[in-house]
Amino acid sequence: MDVRSQIAMVFHLDKCIGCHTCSIACKNIWTDRKGAEYMWWNNVETKPGTGYPTKWEDQDIYKGGWKKNGEEKISLRGSGKYKGLLNIFHNPYLPVLDDYYEPWTYKYLDLIESPAGDDQPTARPVSLVTGKPIDIKSGPNWDDDLSGTPEYARQDPNLKNLSKAEREAMFQLEKMAMFYLPRICNHCLNPACVASCPSGAIYKRGEDGVVLINQKVCRAWRMCVTACPYKKSYYNWNTGKSEKCILCYPRLEAGHAPACMHSCVGRIRYLGVLLYDADKIEEAASVPEEELIDSQLDLILDPFDEEVIRNAKENGIADSTLKAAQTSPVYKFVKEWGLALPLHAEYRTLPMLFYVPPMLPIMASLSQTDDTEQAKKLDPIAKFWDKHHRYDTTSKSIMQTVEQARFPVKYMANLFGTGTEGKIIQVLKKQLAVRIHRRSVTVGDIDKEITKDTLTEVKLTPEIADDIYYLTSLAKFDDRFNIPPAHREQALEMLEYTGDAKGSSGFGFKEVPQRGL
Amino acid sequence: MNAFNNIFFIALPYAALLMFLVGTIYRYKATKFKFSTLSSQFLETKKLYWGSVPFHWGILFVFFGHLIAFLFPSYILLWNQVPVRLAILEVSAFIGGVVALIGLAGLFYRRITNDRLRKVTNYMDLILEVLLLVQIFLGLWVAYGFRWGSSWFATVLSPYLTSIFTFNPQIDAVAMLPFVIQLHIILAFVIFMIIPFTRLVHVLVFPLSYLWRPYQKVIWYWDRKKVRNPNTSWDIHRPRNN
Ligand code: SF4
Ligand code: SF4
Repeated sequence: MDVRSQIAMVFHLDKCIGCHTCSIACKNIWTDRKGAEYMWWNNVETKPGTGYPTKWEDQDIYKGGWKKNGEEKISLRGSGKYKGLLNIFHNPYLPVLDDYYEPWTYKYLDLIESPAGDDQPTARPVSLVTGKPIDIKSGPNWDDDLSGTPEYARQDPNLKNLSKAEREAMFQLEKMAMFYLPRICNHCLNPACVASCPSGAIYKRGEDGVVLINQKVCRAWRMCVTACPYKKSYYNWNTGKSEKCILCYPRLEAGHAPACMHSCVGRIRYLGVLLYDADKIEEAASVPEEELIDSQLDLILDPFDEEVIRNAKENGIADSTLKAAQTSPVYKFVKEWGLALPLHAEYRTLPMLFYVPPMLPIMASLSQTDDTEQAKKLDPIAKFWDKHHRYDTTSKSIMQTVEQARFPVKYMANLFGTGTEGKIIQVLKKQLAVRIHRRSVTVGDIDKEITKDTLTEVKLTPEIADDIYYLTSLAKFDDRFNIPPAHREQALEMLEYTGDAKGSSGFGFKEVPQRGL
Repeated sequence: MNAFNNIFFIALPYAALLMFLVGTIYRYKATKFKFSTLSSQFLETKKLYWGSVPFHWGILFVFFGHLIAFLFPSYILLWNQVPVRLAILEVSAFIGGVVALIGLAGLFYRRITNDRLRKVTNYMDLILEVLLLVQIFLGLWVAYGFRWGSSWFATVLSPYLTSIFTFNPQIDAVAMLPFVIQLHIILAFVIFMIIPFTRLVHVLVFPLSYLWRPYQKVIWYWDRKKVRNPNTSWDIHRPRNN
């Protein structure tokens, strides 16, 4: 057993309000530079939708991730040692600027400096690449909130195995639903980007699992852009170097939450340590598709297990990190409660960012109630229908609604379940059970028996349900982000006389990051 | 003529060698961030395919042809003893050159006509592309006009180049070559000389080692077992990554 620690994340999708604050926080800190304007290390896309870059999930186009044919070993789909080196002069699977969008600004100065004339001056859009006026054809979140549905939402690659009727049902106006999917680099355990880099510039940090690109070693062979199935490695056309989300490691090392997480308005994000067994990575990434999620979750070790603790200590994992692993909110969501699932586990990169699939598009069944009595108590001008639809919380059928969701479970399964619905239904039922439990506690209109039954059906106890409720709804900053100390002081002592490092940023990068000749 | 020969066939190669060595080592050590292929595929991909692929394969073929002729002249001569083999060698080398020329011409056209690419083009790129175009053109001229290049390269130029590298320059034979060939040689030295100042440095870091490294790469920033004992004095060396 080779125990390592990984900073992992959980995104609770039900809570995401699609405000894009996270994206802006990230952009302001990291990608507000020439050549990086088009990059969104953190982006939030509307689902159903084609995402960013357009149709990134369609690996027939982009050839990202690992594939496995029969008994063969897993191999990179569009790059790798031979394919990568042979395609090095022209990579046929490289997404280009237009697959993202051409970044632009406006000639604001024209508004105030135009000479007097008959017409109002306008600020024309100009490309941030060429500096020339452009016609804007697409931009960040062009399909936000289902805009341009025929072009975008209906082209969503996750609709592939839905029947025509199911698709049509999804896009009926009355039934239309959507949710937001915030995405950052998953800091995978079996990162395709690392494996694809011919220069060996990309690496995973042993201490916390952050995946980074060494800017001094990257030579723009651009294979990582193809290899990352999540399209989270970006090519900077100005510096000629690839860049990606760094999980705000300078902030992590200082004990701060990454900027996207810190700023998250919906408080959907959780971050903490997971311990995993590095010996089993290849094995776990090589199982048949239906078993991928389980095999990935099996990699994650129980931080309370004596054996694990002993091995972790032998591997030099600090006690503080172990403590963080034991109190990690991510461990709770992912392992203890089984509420969070990886996105597109079928890409076999073993992503370390987990999502609690949204309940939002699932409706409870409705029942008609007579509200006449209630109406009498109201002011006459209050608009009130005497017959009213209510969420049916009294019958056992409440659990059925998961399967009859107006948002096909199959669609969710394509995102979070490698195409199989079992896991998703289980997770959604658990969430529903917690709600039923809490409703019975706070409102008390649900039959006690029903509450008990629903909880037992999904193997939860009232105590656990309360814990889930707490961490979901009431959690404070320190509950959501459990960052182990980075022990930079020890790293530093190993490297140099600490006096030298006083007052420096700690990046160890003194060169001006300028484009070469 | 003596001065001309001395400058271009003795001084220039040594200057080129010196500049290449000092320049690349300095650039690699001091400005590693600027070591890049500076690929522009992200900005334009379709035309690149028709330029970059033929150019690279063509130039690689021709370059390694030259290299082999320089390193193993006797084998080339042996091979060329049979006329058919000579013809195969010459024709395939010529085709390689033509492919490279067409590819490079396409790349040059692409670079100067595309708005986006103009933004990522500097003077050095243009100088280099023009030099290479001229050089490949001269090479084709030489191959076509002064037969058979592979044979006289092995008998005339290989000894000359060897004499340069053994610091005992013998330029009598080169001095008598036709001017076109001389120009081709001189230009080769010039291109070699400016490598450290152009994007050609990417050739030097071609990632062959990818073939034998394991796919995954994990780096530890610190190793607890090696953390310095605070009670000892500072005696460890500064590590390479800082
Ligand atoms: S998600 Fe991140 S770690 Fe995983 S393959 Fe993509 S860039 Fe690499
Ligand atoms: S800041 Fe939080 S709530 Fe807002 S879009 Fe980002 S993840 Fe969603």
